[in-house]
Amino acid sequence: MKSFEEILELLKSNFSGENDISSSKEGTEDIINVSPSLIKEVSKFLASTEGLEFDSLILLSGVDDENGEKVKQEDESNDITGGTLSVYYHIESVKLVHKLILKVSVERENPVTTSVSSVWGCANWHEREAFDMIGIIFNEHPDLKRILMPYDWEGGYPLRKDYRNPEFYNGMKVPY
Amino acid sequence: MGFLDKEFTQDNIVVTNLEALLNWARLSSIWQTTFGIACCAIEMMATSASHYDFDRFGVIPRPSPRQADVIIISGTVTFKMATRIKRIYEQMPEPKFVISMGSCSNCGGPYWEHGYHVLKGVDRVIPVDVYVPGCPPRPEALLEGLLKLQEKIRNESMIKSA
Repeated sequence: MKSFEEILELLKSNFSGENDISSSKEGTEDIINVSPSLIKEVSKFLASTEGLEFDSLILLSGVDDENGEKVKQEDESNDITGGTLSVYYHIESVKLVHKLILKVSVERENPVTTSVSSVWGCANWHEREAFDMIGIIFNEHPDLKRILMPYDWEGGYPLRKDYRNPEFYNGMKVPY
Repeated sequence: MGFLDKEFTQDNIVVTNLEALLNWARLSSIWQTTFGIACCAIEMMATSASHYDFDRFGVIPRPSPRQADVIIISGTVTFKMATRIKRIYEQMPEPKFVISMGSCSNCGGPYWEHGYHVLKGVDRVIPVDVYVPGCPPRPEALLEGLLKLQEKIRNESMIKSA
């Protein structure tokens, strides 16, 4: 079992880039921020290094950070430009009984990161959901298509904070 | 209507008119498509089970829409499902009926405002004969809905428009 600080030190010494690995505290949780280009390598490292052995991805969630510039529209809703979307990875080592939270932030205008489904198989559907709801694109994903919304949905990504319903979907009226 | 109250002229002969007979036959064996969507489907299954006994009204689940008379839309209709529901409905032979069960399929229910994925009423894709309110409706309410549908069928006519 390793503490957060020990894991952070291990990661920093193995991935030496300037801003690639950092830590932050959100609420009561310690979080390791990883740059999008590194997430797959970091995941591999965490999963396969002796003493870490993070063998389980508990959950992966997409988040709209809502930290861009808000522009008020006529109907009182906001359009958001700039800022970030994030992916949180909650991982656990069942064997060594320790947990960790990783966070990857990507630009709202270019939300591209790398899939970790080759490291933890269950990331496959989770990433599809993050893609479906928030619109984060996971490179190297084996089958990145919508998972909940219809495949031919063109109304956007529903869980983005500036989402607005389309008028129609396939001839069916969407608003009440 | 009226069947047994007609006069018996001979043993084993009942006099009625063809329309009433046909309507009686149809309303007494409404087969439903085996189809459930959400939590209302649980109540629908309870209605089918022995305590409420849907079968006493001649309702049995039929595993093919091609041999069913009624489809009970029992739950939240998402856009994804709406496409399928329309298709199932189109596979049913005439005459066919639709019971919309519960707030979701009546009008979108709790999803009416922020449900980006929910069709705000199944009547936007298929015609509905009976709306059963509730969230979910109790089995008694669904039974009442069925009785309403029977009433509708009883008053149908082959020659004059209803």
